Amino acid sequence: MKINKKILNIVAIIAFIGLLFFMDNTFDSYKIRIVNLCGIYVVLGLSLNLINGFTGLFSLGHAGFMAVGAYTAALLTMSPAVKDMNFFLMPIVPFLANVEWPFFPALIMAGVVAAIAGFLIGAPALRLRDDYLAIATLGFSEIIRVIFTNTQTLTNGALGLKSLPTHTNIWWSWGTAILTIAFMVFLTRGSYGRAFKAIREDEIAAEAMGISLFKHKVISFTIGAFLAGVGGALLGNLLGTIDPLMFRFFLTFNILLIVVLGGIGSITGTVISAVVVTVSMEALRVLDQSMDLGFIIIEGIPGMRMVVFSALLMIVILFYQQGLMGTKEFTWDWFTKNRGFKQILKKDVK
Amino acid sequence: MGLVYKKQRLQADFKEGCEIMGVLRADNITMKFGGLVAVSSFCMDLKEGEIVGLIGPNGAGKTTAFNMITGVYKPTEGNVYYSEKNSKIETNITHLRPDQITNLGIARTFQNIRLFKELSVLDNVLIANHLRLKSGVISSVFSMAAASMIPFKSLYLKEEKEMNEKSVQLLEDVGLIDVMHEKSSSLPYGKQRRLEIARALATNPKILLLDEPAAGMNPKESIELMDFVGQIRDQFKLTIFMIEHHMQVVMGVCEKIFVLDHGETIAYGNPSEIQNNKKVIEAYLGVD
Repeated sequence: MKINKKILNIVAIIAFIGLLFFMDNTFDSYKIRIVNLCGIYVVLGLSLNLINGFTGLFSLGHAGFMAVGAYTAALLTMSPAVKDMNFFLMPIVPFLANVEWPFFPALIMAGVVAAIAGFLIGAPALRLRDDYLAIATLGFSEIIRVIFTNTQTLTNGALGLKSLPTHTNIWWSWGTAILTIAFMVFLTRGSYGRAFKAIREDEIAAEAMGISLFKHKVISFTIGAFLAGVGGALLGNLLGTIDPLMFRFFLTFNILLIVVLGGIGSITGTVISAVVVTVSMEALRVLDQSMDLGFIIIEGIPGMRMVVFSALLMIVILFYQQGLMGTKEFTWDWFTKNRGFKQILKKDVK
Repeated sequence: MGLVYKKQRLQADFKEGCEIMGVLRADNITMKFGGLVAVSSFCMDLKEGEIVGLIGPNGAGKTTAFNMITGVYKPTEGNVYYSEKNSKIETNITHLRPDQITNLGIARTFQNIRLFKELSVLDNVLIANHLRLKSGVISSVFSMAAASMIPFKSLYLKEEKEMNEKSVQLLEDVGLIDVMHEKSSSLPYGKQRRLEIARALATNPKILLLDEPAAGMNPKESIELMDFVGQIRDQFKLTIFMIEHHMQVVMGVCEKIFVLDHGETIAYGNPSEIQNNKKVIEAYLGVD
């Protein structure tokens, strides 16, 4: 049975890679971009779910870590000529002027710098709880954005960075997504994952069981920030242009929406809802345009599609308090259990 | 029940003869919340292998005394000392965090059960093993990932395996093995209490602090619990300090009893002395 599951896992991954290959070859650039965004939002959703869902820390600082990651990767991958072109108001700081890294080390570096930012913010902020932590992290993420707006020589300030090398393709985004999923699965199954869940369930009891709250909260927060930085870097190098205004609270809200819809504390839920939300964010664009219903013409209101998401969020919160999946995870037993059920029914009939 | 009582008294008398080391000592600990003195100058010491009770009317400060010993509250005055087995050196644990105190070997349970409700019974016990884990978070993830693909050995996998074996063994000892994979909140009340004690035992304590273990139990469950407490004391070589309201349990299982009233220690002695103490009777029943 165990070997069967292993084979099923391998088959599923190979099938998925095949699907990606198929999409890479047949889809037009618009659709490929959506597929890429799905992968990136899977990474971002999982990183927020680790902090909010598994460790129970209500953090709203994700956009800040993404900004750190995106800027780090952008500055490391841009060629000196492009940097010259971007920094026309004030020249770039000398130590960054001539670096041009390949994408992979730049991604890792983006994660590391974001993780350091996460550690520095987490160490003081994680002494707070619940709403207070949310306000503090939200404040920190805004501070990061404001700093980036004002450090002209480092980030080009409000002008942002343009013509980034667009390294991100399906393989980078979904490769990172698959690695992140695997990392999260093994993390949550292990002893540290259990300790995180214990903190989520009952802080006082977890501390009485010898779990150092501060250490584990900082670990979880730093890993979350690392993944957010990588996600931000992928996003920056997909869009090709970044500016501080991109990383407002709205971005954190989008990721929070994915986590809450999918199930706070479920990897499967986050993956499913990241894909569904990203695809429908594009598919529902028709709602923003003016619609001709034959007898009446509704004029387009930009932002109409966001109303759908708000309504969807309300419905999910009303009927599934824990999100669509709760804390459940996908297992192959979903199929075998059903089969077992059918067999029992057959026996009863006889 | 009478037999158990007699046996434990005999053991206590026997131990009194030898020289027994103190393992935990509270030296005049006082807790003030603003103007309210919740516990004033509480002194106590625990000798190895004892079962000591702490009783008193509602609001007497029993749980506050517990919280000071386990580091949840920092005492306003006074200190708490802990000494290792067979050593005369006392460590001041007053300013340690609750998790550091648990690491030293003092585990506790809670008055209102605090299980990890959404997690399974086995997970609850496994979490209590986490404090002895030496591997880091990154090595734990990567060794699990490697082990899922190829045969692989690492410190973490060894530790995880030991944890699992120990937890299963512990659950078997306390009689919860058949509900191992159930959600802990789905257990009946008596079993939840038992699981909470098992979870505290999984941290490998030398001293176990039980906060009203028989609260909300019927007489039959209370008697079972009494036997259980005596049994784990012998099996795990514990020193037990317990708060209890249920007089039958306290008198049956404890060898020494402290009585608190309005934060003051009003009596100390063995069960029969306490039962006949005038002050204790006054505290519980009131004076004319």
